[in-house]
This record gives sequence, C-alpha cells and structure tokens, in this order.
Amino acid sequence: MLINHPLLGPRDAQEFVYKGDASLLRRPDSNAEDALERFTDYAYLRDNPAGEHRELWYHEQGDRSWLVVTRNTLTHEVLDVQLASEVGR
Amino acid sequence: MSRRISNGRIGANTVRFSFDGVQYEGREGDSLASALLANDRLLIGRSFKYHRPRGVLCLGSEEPNALVTIGTGGSQTPNTRATVQELYDGLSAVSQNRFPSLKFDLLSVNDRLSRFLTAGFYYKTFMWPRSFWESVYEPMIRRAAGLGRLSEVEDEAQYDKGFLHCDTLVIGGGVAGIEAALGAAAKGDQVILCEEFSRLGGAALFESAPLGPIDGLLAQLAKHENVRVMTRTTVQGAYDHGVYSAVTLNTDHLSQPSAKAPRQTLWRIYSNRAVLATGAHERMIAFDNNDRPGVMLCSAVRGYLNYYGVLAGDSCVVFGCHDDARKTVVDLQAAGAKVVWVDTRASHQAVEGVESFTSARVVNTRGRHRVTAVEIEQQGRRFWIKCEALAVSGGWNPRIQLTCHQGGRPVWSAAIGGFVPGDKLPPGMRVVGAAAGELLEENWEPAWDLSVNGAAFVDPQNDVTVKDIKLAHQEGYVSVEHLKRYTTLGMATDQGKNANALGIGVLSQHSGELIEAVGTTLFRPPYTPVAIGALAGRSRGKEFKPTRLTPSHEFATRRGAAFVTVGNWLRASYFPVAGETHWRESVDREALAVRQAVGVCDVTTLGKIDVQGRDAAEFLNRVYANGFLKLPVGKTRYGLMLREDGIVFDDGTAARLAENHFVVTTTTANAVSVYRHMEFVHQCLAPELDVHLISTTEAWAQFAVAGPKSRELVQRVVDMDISNEAFGFMACAETKLIDGTPARLFRISFSGELAYELAVPTRFGNSLMETLLDVGADLGAVPYGTEALGVLRIEKGHAAGNELDGRTTALNLGLGQMVAQTKDSIGRVLANRTELAQSSVRLVGFRSEQQILTGSWLIPIGASAEQANTLGWVSSACYSPNLGCYIAIGFIRDAHEYMDTQMRAVSLLDAKDVRVSVVSPHFVDPEGERLRV
Repeated sequence: MLINHPLLGPRDAQEFVYKGDASLLRRPDSNAEDALERFTDYAYLRDNPAGEHRELWYHEQGDRSWLVVTRNTLTHEVLDVQLASEVGR
Repeated sequence: MSRRISNGRIGANTVRFSFDGVQYEGREGDSLASALLANDRLLIGRSFKYHRPRGVLCLGSEEPNALVTIGTGGSQTPNTRATVQELYDGLSAVSQNRFPSLKFDLLSVNDRLSRFLTAGFYYKTFMWPRSFWESVYEPMIRRAAGLGRLSEVEDEAQYDKGFLHCDTLVIGGGVAGIEAALGAAAKGDQVILCEEFSRLGGAALFESAPLGPIDGLLAQLAKHENVRVMTRTTVQGAYDHGVYSAVTLNTDHLSQPSAKAPRQTLWRIYSNRAVLATGAHERMIAFDNNDRPGVMLCSAVRGYLNYYGVLAGDSCVVFGCHDDARKTVVDLQAAGAKVVWVDTRASHQAVEGVESFTSARVVNTRGRHRVTAVEIEQQGRRFWIKCEALAVSGGWNPRIQLTCHQGGRPVWSAAIGGFVPGDKLPPGMRVVGAAAGELLEENWEPAWDLSVNGAAFVDPQNDVTVKDIKLAHQEGYVSVEHLKRYTTLGMATDQGKNANALGIGVLSQHSGELIEAVGTTLFRPPYTPVAIGALAGRSRGKEFKPTRLTPSHEFATRRGAAFVTVGNWLRASYFPVAGETHWRESVDREALAVRQAVGVCDVTTLGKIDVQGRDAAEFLNRVYANGFLKLPVGKTRYGLMLREDGIVFDDGTAARLAENHFVVTTTTANAVSVYRHMEFVHQCLAPELDVHLISTTEAWAQFAVAGPKSRELVQRVVDMDISNEAFGFMACAETKLIDGTPARLFRISFSGELAYELAVPTRFGNSLMETLLDVGADLGAVPYGTEALGVLRIEKGHAAGNELDGRTTALNLGLGQMVAQTKDSIGRVLANRTELAQSSVRLVGFRSEQQILTGSWLIPIGASAEQANTLGWVSSACYSPNLGCYIAIGFIRDAHEYMDTQMRAVSLLDAKDVRVSVVSPHFVDPEGERLRV
C-alpha cells in the first residue's frame, strides 16, 4: 500500500505505524461536566466502518509526521492525506 | 521410445548430469525434464498419497508431477519442478517420496488400498483415540505422504531483496507481452518486462512456426533503453496500489555460481500500470489411469519436440476436444511419428495420413511404469491401441492468478472453455493475449469426466480423483470452497493450476449445475512456490534484527563482561573478576561496591528526547501527570506518564537545561513508543504549541556514577564545582570535562545512593568509561551491569518495566499523589474513575530467607494455591547482598491489612512455595537521606 505523504510524496505503508480511527484527534475537554463519560468514549470507542474511514498513520521510518489518511477499508483506496497538525478538528 | 531427434532451438553442447545416481547426457539449454525425456527416462516421481508412478505432464512451472530434489547439503532444494530446472554440467537430482527406490516403492500398496483412502479418509479414520493424533497418526501419515525433504544443513548462499520502480510493468515475455512493452516504451514509459523462462518469446518458442517474427520484435525491443528485461523472474503477487512482488532465480541454472552473486532476489516492484500477458496453459481430461508416465499435455509434447528436439514416442495418440490438438498431430507427424488422433467432437479438419477417431474418447491406459496402450471408445465400441505416448488436451486455462490477488473473481467463458478475468482487476492492470482469453476460440467442446471406474485423476499432485469429487458431492459438499478443502483439490504446490478448472467441470457435470453457477475458488500469492530464503533475504541469524551496541561496549568486552539482550541492545549484565565462578558473586560484589564506594554503569540505552521551544514546559505539563511549569532552569524532576485510559505508561526524568530546553529520559523498553506518543500529543492534540522534539538516545553516551564516593570521582573529571551547595540533589547542567569535552551532568539516582549521570557525545563514551575507572581506582570504583542495577533499584523499591506492565496505575505504584488534579494532562480524567481510584492494590516489598521467584502468586498461609486465593503477584525479585536475604517487590490487594504479616509466594511452574514477610518496598534508606548528602 502506498500513502501519498503531503510533504514527501508516495511512501510505502511499511514505513508507517498505524494508530486507527482519527477520532482520537477530538480529545474532549477535561473540565466538562461529563468529562468522565466523554473520555470513556474517547479512549475506548472506535469506528470501524467497511468503506471510507479517516485514520491516523505515523511516518515513523520517515519524517515522523502524523497523518490523517482517508482510506476505503474495502478497496484500500487512499482518498485523502493531510498532516494531522493542519487538519481541522 | 522417447528420444532426441534434433537440437531443436537449444545448443548442441553436451552437458552431463545425474538422476538417482545414474549418469546421463543432455544439451546446453535443456530443462531437466527435457533431458530426462531425451534419455527415455519417463518415470520421475511418485504421487503424494497413492505413490503411483508419475512422469512429466507439462512444459512449465505448472508441472504437478515431476518434482525432484536438486543438489545436496546446504544448497539442497526439494520439490523443484524438473520442467523449470535448467540443466547445467554436474547437476545432480534425486526423486522423492519413494522407498526404497523409485521403481520399487513399497508404499505403492496405498494404490491398491485407494478404494479406502478417499476424500476425508484421514478425518474419518484417525479420530480415535484423541491422544494418538499428534503422537502416532500424524507422524505416520507424514512419513507416508510427503514431498521432498530438507537437508537441515544451512544454505550458505546469499538471498537478496531489491526495490524497483516503473511506469509500466509487463508480466510475461511472450508476443503479447513484448508488444505491450514496445507500446509503452514508445510512449516514453519506464518499462519492466518480467519473464519466467530464460528467454523471451513465450509460447511461440515452442511452436513449429519459424521464430523470425519474434526475433523482429526482440530487435525492436533492444532499441529502447527505457525497457528493463528480467528473465528467470516470476511475478508472484499483485498488491495494493500497483505494488508487485517478483522472484529472480539468479544462479540456480549455473554449474558453479559465484559465491558473491545472490542465489535468488525478491523484488518489490512499484508500478503505475501493469500489463498481464501471462498466456495460458492446458489442462487434462479425466479418464481412468490418466496419470501414467508418458501421458502429457498436447502443448508439452509439441514444446519438447519443437524447442528441445525431443520426440515423446515413435507412436503417439493425441486426444483432444478442440482444434488446438491438431497442431500436435501435425508436428508429431512431421517428426516421423505414427499418430492416432482421438477427438470427442463429431468432426474436425482431418490431417492426411493420420488415423482419426471422431465422437470418440480415451477411457483408459495401460502400462506399469509408462503408458504402453490406450483404450478408445467410439460409438459404444471399445478397443486398445498400442502407443508410447499419449498427448491430451481438455482445453486452455488462461493464467489469471494475479487478477485474483486483489479480490477479482474470474468468470467462465463458454466460448473458450475456460475461466477468464472478471471485471474487477487490480487497479492499473490490463490483461492481454491468451491470459484474457484471446486467440483461444478453437471450437472447444466440454470434456471433463470420461472415466468408467472413477480412478481418473483431477489433481494429480494431491491424488484427487473423480471418485473423491463425486463422494464429496454426495456427502453434501456442494460449495466449490468446501469441495476444495474436503478433497484438497487444488491445494497442492501447483495451487490448482492443473486441477481447478477440471475439478469444477467434473463437479458441474455430476451436479448438473452450470459451471457459471458452480463458480471458482480464488488464487492467492505466490504464483509459484517461493523459497523461504528468498523471503528472508539477508535477514538471517544475527542479521534478523539489528544489534545495538552501547558506547562502552569495547570496554565491557575487554573486561570480560557477560552480556544480555535488551530489545535490540546488547548490555553488560555483570563484570566478573578473577576468582569469581558464579554470576551471583559478581553481582553481589558490584551491588555492595555501589553502596559502599562507587560504581559506574552505562545507561545510554534509556531513551533520551530533546524537547525545545517556547512552549516546552507547557507541553511536558500536558504529557506528564505531574506538574512541570514551575521546574526551575538547572533542575531535574521525576516524571510519570499515563496513557489516556489512566494506566501508567512510562516514567523517567525531565531536566530543564534552559528556559526553553528540556532533556527527557524514558525507560529503555519504551524509548520508541514514548517518542511516538509525544509526537502524537504535539501534532494531533496540541499543534498550537511551539515545541520541537528529537530523539537523542544514540547521540549521547550516558553513565550512572553512583555511591558515597561518586562526588569525589565525578569532581575529578568535570570542569565545574559539584559540591552539594553548588550542585544539589536533582541539579542539572550543561558543562564540560576537564579536557574540554562537552558534557551534561544530572544529579539523579536510580540506586538510592548519592549519584550522578554524566553524558558526553557518543564517540567519547568508551574513553569516558575508561577514564572514570582509571581515575577512580583508588576510590574502589567498579563497573556494574544491569544485574546489579536491578538489585539496587529493587532494594530501593523503584518501579521498572516489570511494575509498569500496562495494568498498574499511579495509585497501585504508591504514586497516586503525583497525578496533579489542577491541570489537564493525558490520562488524568480516566485515572480518577471509580474502578481505578478505589483499587486497594499497592506496591509492597517481600523478604525471605529462601529465593523468591518473579511471577510467583501470593497466597495466604494455609490456603490452597489456586487462582481464587491469590492476593497478588511478585513483579521483581533478587538476592540483596546489602540486607543478606532474598527480597522482592510486587502487588497485593488490601495492602495495608497485610503489612508486616506473612504469606506465601507460590510458583506452580517451578514448584516453589516460599514463606515471605510483607514489608515496605523501600528496603534501603527509606527516608532518602543518602541521595541528598
């Protein structure tokens, strides 16, 4: 599988570490009234769709960028790749 | 007899080789199969289950029968297809799966018993008693039914891996492939053309038509510098995004391969587009005894004749159900053989001088180790015809394996009588030529099961017969996937190349379902069997993973240290001196020396992360559970890192070298994952912070200098005042050694003694280690290894990897108060959830006069040693030379209730049951006074 790194161009998926559902970007407010409930969801509940999925990949054997990759889990087609630091949360 | 009648299209030079110890002569350019056929050597192997005599069936890599072992010792290669093995001078091959000899095989009694050895026989028969399966039945069956054996001697040859990039990958070097390559090259593409055979030309090489047109194409191809031709290279798999794997057999055809050349190369090919031009291969028809040596596919008989100059027999029967068989008739007749043509169809275009039977079929063959006669049935009349060879063709199977690797499903084409690629192909792939079913419309009529007795082989390598398929169908295995697994049809090393289409046809014939409805199983990589050596490449033995050496490795080696593997690191575990015969003597001495004088330990393996930027303190404040905003410049703080679920992740120190510059340490084991986590927190959760991270683990050599005399020793090498007043507990500084070497000094302690950690650029590490022990000789300085390091930290009750095991919280470790509640940090919220916050499990210490084993369960005195009675577990244990007894740390529930009581540490695995006292985990200097002097 190839991931089209926004800075480095297409790179082999072997260079990356997979983290999973990009919902991890939306860390709840720890001061919220229902923080415990929200953090429980955040830490334990993941989407695992058959189809389009936003997920986190880390270019560990490269420039160490965290990327948000939109990938079709059925076809492995990579539809969009962005730097996690620049993506809207 | 089978013999050579011309040089065909190969060289005229003689090559000597042996098969089962008999010397033969072949020609340069022969395959082992063609050379054996040229010597009238038809019997080449025994079948897998029934041990039936078998010979060559095919021309290429789809060969199921003629499997042999090449070479001896380390280079011995079992299960080599004689049809693929190129002949070289001195080649030595032996047959497989026979005892005591190929001609007289005792286990051929299985053939007589074949009535009982049907599909599912093993499953049904060897069920009882259960315990017999592993100890008796399986070894017995494996001995009887087997392929070739490994020599169990290491292969000294090199295997390699390579990476290639191209615009267009062309798979298959026949006419269709060469034309595709020319087309792509003309457009300016970078082209890679892979061909399994030793030369380009494909099927045309094996036909009687002159090669002029091929030579013309090759001449054109040679003009393109942007085409890379790779022969002896089989594309094995199609992966996501245009990635293909291929294996090149570099030296397996050479008599004396260079020791430097890799034997095989596994390629990873990145392509924008791919053209599949793999052609097609023929398939068998199921009639009784269709597996005798001398029964070959039509294309093979033609190929051995036209390319290798070998005539299969002076009298041949050709049996087919489509026009292509006619070519074999014509070529054999032209070579002077007496030919009889049997055709299932009602009519065909006759060949003058050839006796033809239409609306006829071959129903049986005769002959012990080779076919001597075939039985023909025409209009209800049966008769035998003597012959030396039988050429059969049941139609063509396009080589579509690679189209399935991304989930594509082949579809049945009634026009050609074969499966062709469906609509869904690997993205970027185009299929051309015979692989796409082109050129194969030859008035084909179905010819599947024509047997009378059912002893007709469908999968010759796995000995699956028509009878097995019928039985499976009767027993309810109607899905083709179930049929495959129950009968093992198509599960041999040829991966169903010979068996799949025929088996599906037979199933369709007997179930009355259309082939379209029966469907087909799919293909997975690899296309042909791949040696494990090729997959491993250079990653063998010590090269399997990298070995990381500490900066003082040379020193430690010279001192005769014993080493221990820690992840990829090789660390000194202890340094024996003269007279010490047991590791404990060395470890006790080192641990005592640290508490009484001074010791030096290489702690470079701890992860080191440089954290810089205006928001560095704010960043660490979020990453660590405890506060970091107020840490002054020049001070170091112990830091506890949690996972978001509230469990402890790692611990270490963070030293503030400057307002915007921290140096963080991690445990050795978590150096990589902590760095990854910190980048995650920065890039994904807090990109607004101005902070930059870099791993400096290998940039700095770091040494712990510990013991009451450590200040005196360190003062002798660093160029700064390190008195308690000037450089107090937890101080840190960027400094230099007295010789000017840049250095970093931290007054931190893992041992509980007055201690420093001194870091220098890695290249000065070994000499610093030597210097410290040199100048500290009068102080009694010793080097100490990871064993003493462990003893010292257990004596202090410091948690390490065994305690931070992914289950324990700060509260469990007795560090609950470290989790700051007034700020947001990773893991704070979930660390407070009831389940974790109410846990009564705590880190405690244990003492005993007997050895306590790590991993023991803690059981109350008098209770039986079972899971229900456990109070906790022992996480780390050692002998404490400072206390003169065995000690341990571990976790128990309701810890405060059990303090100063006795319980048992039980290890059922080691049959140990030891009485222990529960005490504070801080065995030595609980008030921490020694650290601060």
